[in-house]
Amino acid sequence: MNGDQDPILKQVTQGEYKYGFVTDLENDALPKGLNEEIVRRISAKKEEPEWLLEIRLKAFRYWLTMKTPEWAHLKIPPIDYQDIIYYSAPKSNKPTGGFEDVDPELLKTFDKLGIPLNEQKHLSGFAVDAVMDSISVKTTFKESLGELGIIFSSFSDAVREHPDLIKKYMGSVVPYRDNFYAALNSAVFSDGSFVYIPKGVRCPMELSTYFRINAANTGQFERTLIVAEEGAYVSYLEGCTAPMRDENQLHAAIVEIIAHTDAEVKYSTVQNWYPGDKNGKGGIFNFVTKRGICLGDRSKISWTQVETGSAVTWKYPSCILRGESSVGEFYSVAVTNNYQQADTGTKMIHIGKNTRSTIVSKGISAGKGQNSYRGLVRVTKNADNARNYSQCDSLLLGDQCGAHTFPYIEVDNETAVVEHEATTSKIGEDQIFYCNQRGIDTETAIGLIVNGYAREVLNKLPMEFAVEAQKLLQISLEGSVG
Amino acid sequence: MLSIRNLKATINGREILKGINLEVKEGEVHAIMGPNGSGKSTLASVLAGRDLFTVTGGEVLFQGSPLLGLTPEVRARAGIFLGFQYPVEIPGVSMTSFMRTAINEQRKYRGLPEMSATDFLKLMRDKKALMEIDSALASRSVNEGFSGGEKKKNEIFQMAMLEPKLAILDETDSGLDIDALKTVATGVNRLRRPDNAMIVITHYQRLLDYIVPDFVHVLSGGRIVKSGDKSLAYELEEKGYDWIKEENEA
Ligand SMILES: Nc1ncnc2c1ncn2[C@@H]1O[C@H](COP(=O)(O)OP(=O)(O)OP(=O)(O)O)[C@@H](O)[C@H]1O
Ligand SMILES: [Mg+2]
Repeated sequence: MNGDQDPILKQVTQGEYKYGFVTDLENDALPKGLNEEIVRRISAKKEEPEWLLEIRLKAFRYWLTMKTPEWAHLKIPPIDYQDIIYYSAPKSNKPTGGFEDVDPELLKTFDKLGIPLNEQKHLSGFAVDAVMDSISVKTTFKESLGELGIIFSSFSDAVREHPDLIKKYMGSVVPYRDNFYAALNSAVFSDGSFVYIPKGVRCPMELSTYFRINAANTGQFERTLIVAEEGAYVSYLEGCTAPMRDENQLHAAIVEIIAHTDAEVKYSTVQNWYPGDKNGKGGIFNFVTKRGICLGDRSKISWTQVETGSAVTWKYPSCILRGESSVGEFYSVAVTNNYQQADTGTKMIHIGKNTRSTIVSKGISAGKGQNSYRGLVRVTKNADNARNYSQCDSLLLGDQCGAHTFPYIEVDNETAVVEHEATTSKIGEDQIFYCNQRGIDTETAIGLIVNGYAREVLNKLPMEFAVEAQKLLQISLEGSVG
Repeated sequence: MLSIRNLKATINGREILKGINLEVKEGEVHAIMGPNGSGKSTLASVLAGRDLFTVTGGEVLFQGSPLLGLTPEVRARAGIFLGFQYPVEIPGVSMTSFMRTAINEQRKYRGLPEMSATDFLKLMRDKKALMEIDSALASRSVNEGFSGGEKKKNEIFQMAMLEPKLAILDETDSGLDIDALKTVATGVNRLRRPDNAMIVITHYQRLLDYIVPDFVHVLSGGRIVKSGDKSLAYELEEKGYDWIKEENEA
């Protein structure tokens, strides 16, 4: 587009990050740095059993032998892993306390983020696990869900209360040897959520975890584990924010999903970590390993993500389709504005017969943002009649940003059908003028057009989230007409 | 309502409008005809505020106030509507949310509260009926996959929704079959009021049988070279444009 729109562009790309405040809390933190001693102390803080400490130590020793992966289309300054605090917990919080025991400051923080932890005030149909820095602050509706046999708790509680389940499933989908960040997480993970849906139960509410980074110089390393037994169903949501800071902060998480026969898990993310300022200063480095396995026949795992935050995003929510006729889905909208970089996509591994997967990826680049889709579709020898459909679209706002697509297709079975479509488009000056001529200003027009472009993915989100996500898309792109 | 005085505009340094003068009063319908490339759409675009073109001279008053300094959206909110010669597709944006956004932006500008969902849907229904627009069309994305004729009908539908003071219809009749032409003309005629005005750009006298203009102007080479009443349209239909060009050169 032409230069006349530059002033608008400049003015509004400075649109403020709404969640950038810091809560003044006293923290119980370990010193900076990473070594065996720190790993042991994290485990001790959490009063963990010996077997879990062993896993951490193995992971740590393995991590020491590993190198940072460099294949992604990302420019990341070297990270000094000794300059990070690996454990920091708001001091006043009693980990197993009820609502009355939660520090009012913490409640206020989550209120301000739109996540009331008081069950009476809470959005109907949503249960929340609220995680601040290294610990879970409060899990709502734990008791009423418990009556259905559903376990929804912080990861730490689950280790205490359901050690057998954790032992059985943790690391079964993402082993610590999987990759550099998975090994790091396995060594130092602090908290996260655990979800268990028993056989035949449809979880009656949306379960969600809200991750908040608050403390400075602190990394967040959480784990989420979701197990859906035969015929179970759950929809799980995750949201994240962090204060605005000039330094980069590290977030390295693991999510594992296990779906047994006829089970279905929907996992939705609205990722809005602090993206850094307009000059690329600060922001979260987001390295996440998310993977689900469709173990049983006819099971289904569906990932939906709206990625608007983080300075750097490195994540590939994936599905291993082992059960016959199992289904994997990946719906993604990733926005990069200013100096944000994202390398995101999925892996669909077809092992069982008649397995199906769908990939819909919508990249949006603005400012000097770099946005890459990276996806693998693998059909193994025995996966007769496997089907995959992939659609990767890129939308460019302006001419200083970049969009890249790296599809990898590996097919070892002749009966497989793999389809891949890709498009790249720009928001046309004519589209904006058309909206303007109906009385819609440029900013609103871009929001409208971008939301239209992302519609297919947004429609996959639960209603309340879809509305939020729509606003978020608009805010994160404000004025970025190039 | 609209006074255009000696309006000049260029694109990429090339002068397209070379001094346009036009006076449009409330209640009037003006037809603009003229050869391909003579600047009709350019004039419409300049009035709507498209920044592709640079205004190099003259002035335009709309309801007594200078128009040319305003952004396109403010002009639209002030009541100028452009029916596009080539309506634009916006994938994924439903007609409903597009129109709802437009109406509410315009209402906001006029200090009115947002229209309620019920009122809005009723308005949509009424105007769809008026324009004989298929219900399914309105639930589809803006112009996406619409046929040429459907796109043109959709422009008039939007005009009906927005009820502008001044509508500029750029070749809304091109590509319409005879039935659609009648529907569009009927729709337009119902929107005629003593306090609004229209500029209808067309190549065909046929349209003017239905939408009867008060004045007909011929735009040629970036100037209005002849003006008359509706009989001028018949004359043009019969003789083409050459005689006017000759007349002007003589
Ligand atoms: N975007 C553009 N870039 C370059 N030249 C343009 C552009 N738009 C219009 N022009 C030129 O301006 C002149 C007038 O064009 P305009 O579209 O106004 O003609 P018109 O009278 O509407 O013609 P038609 O009857 O074919 O619709 C033409 O020579 C055209 O090539
Ligand atoms: Mg034209």
